[in-house]
Amino acid sequence: MDTRLLLLADSRLPAGGHAHSGGVEPAATAGAVTDLASLSDFLAARLSTAGLVTAALAAASCSFAHSSRDHAVVRAGLGGQLHDHGGEGGRDGEGLWRVLDAEVDARTPSPAQRTASRAQGRALLRVARTTWPHPALDALAAHSPRDHAVVRGGPREQLHDHGRWGGGPHHPVVLGAAAAAAGGTPRQAAAIAAYGSVTGAASAAVRLLGLDPLAVQQALAVLADDVDAVAARAAAEPDDWAALPAVSAPGLDLLAELHLRSEVRLFES
Amino acid sequence: MGGMHDHDPHPAAPPVSRALRLGIGGPVGSGKTALTAALCRSLRDELALAVVTNDIYTTEDADFLRRNGVLSDDRITAVRTGCCPHTAIRDDIAANLDAVESLEELHRPLDLVIVESGGDNLTATFSRGLVDRQIFVLDVSGGDKVPRKGGPGVTASDLLVVNKTDLAELIGADLAVMARDAGAVRGERPVLFTSLREDPAAAAVAEWVRGVLREHPHPHHAPHPHAAASVNEP
Ligand SMILES: Nc1nc2c(ncn2[C@@H]2O[C@H](COP(=O)(O)OP(=O)(O)OP(=O)(O)O)[C@@H](O)[C@H]2O)c(=O)[nH]1
Ligand SMILES: [Mg+2]
Repeated sequence: MDTRLLLLADSRLPAGGHAHSGGVEPAATAGAVTDLASLSDFLAARLSTAGLVTAALAAASCSFAHSSRDHAVVRAGLGGQLHDHGGEGGRDGEGLWRVLDAEVDARTPSPAQRTASRAQGRALLRVARTTWPHPALDALAAHSPRDHAVVRGGPREQLHDHGRWGGGPHHPVVLGAAAAAAGGTPRQAAAIAAYGSVTGAASAAVRLLGLDPLAVQQALAVLADDVDAVAARAAAEPDDWAALPAVSAPGLDLLAELHLRSEVRLFES
Repeated sequence: MGGMHDHDPHPAAPPVSRALRLGIGGPVGSGKTALTAALCRSLRDELALAVVTNDIYTTEDADFLRRNGVLSDDRITAVRTGCCPHTAIRDDIAANLDAVESLEELHRPLDLVIVESGGDNLTATFSRGLVDRQIFVLDVSGGDKVPRKGGPGVTASDLLVVNKTDLAELIGADLAVMARDAGAVRGERPVLFTSLREDPAAAAVAEWVRGVLREHPHPHHAPHPHAAASVNEP
């Protein structure tokens, strides 16, 4: 992996990830993650569900970003997609970004997680456009849903309509396009997404529970082969986006919803 | 964009006017929210304002500002910082930038957006990518040694506010020592002593903010360097 992709995978990437726990905060609040053993189980489960779906979406986005660089390529090479998804705006690259956006929504039943995904997508898009300018990133900025249903606030926080607050592209879609912009392959985009699906949560657990960071690092190392396997599986591009993995994790969905309604929140999600 | 493009990491920005961004940082409990409320009360009739709070645990600060009715609810937004308040204002400003821009989009044109940091330690400082000016708020109850300890907030902030002077006698803090030590590390940069208990309008600080706004091309300022990279502004 070259340095551009290492920069994209690095947790110090200034894309807002530090304020998202991947469900660890509500899991800790609920008593489901309390120590290293329960964290390891949580991470393994997260990887095989949300991790796989995110990685597959990132790979699909990366692949599409490479091909959509030239619209002629899109028209010639993705005729099937155009027919299958047709509809409004479905005749060009921009329309297809919206189709991919809908594929993410379809795999993200929790409104709280959709909001978190778009918040992280907006933040990553800002960094990526500054760092690796690319037409696919511009297309994402211009053609993502602007006003998404806003889901914020617990009992103490009133709900406000913040205009585009809830809008913008989903995180895995931006990650895939950013990987393409940085010269990466779909397999590499999947690897970064799968890796991030466990490292962000692990880091939140260290901060929240005071776990031994060396022990958590070792637990991540134990998961490394699984991360690679998930990335490989995620990069097996189906002919049609509808056939991308759609594993659900109802427990994570519920935790995300509970989190949004809880009184004390250190992390956005 | 021609030859310039290679040297400019930011795509040419549309001429979006934007508000002055003012960071208010400082240790836990020093009076950041009280100062934010005071500035809102003093300036809201002459300036279009909005506030972003960075609470550590809850939406306490945002709730306080809303309860006190210093601004309408939809001009106040709370950002969560994942246990790391300094990260959110310095290393990874994404959530705060997003909040600032959303408020600006919703209430355009704004003159001033205040970003209150979560309470932190003396090493915390705002990134220039997030704010144009920053105020660091200490209070006398931390002891008169604090300015001597330094740190980027004390030495480099655009304005140092030493608050709770009404408590100086109780604490046994020598304000002259604080002024001398702060002056020694700050050079020309201003220091103001306040008691927000006794002067809930923070008149001197509000006057300093007015001065900053006069210096800046008013009422609306140059596009922020990151503006062009944000969503829906291709
Ligand atoms: N005596 C005295 N109390 C003050 C003064 N200014 C603020 N306080 C009180 O100090 C406490 C903390 O003030 P805040 O404004 O919440 O401080 P903060 O810096 O925003 O605190 P965090 O956001 O929690 O870090 C409150 O109880 C205020 O009423 C002052 O000038 N004198
Ligand atoms: Mg406060």
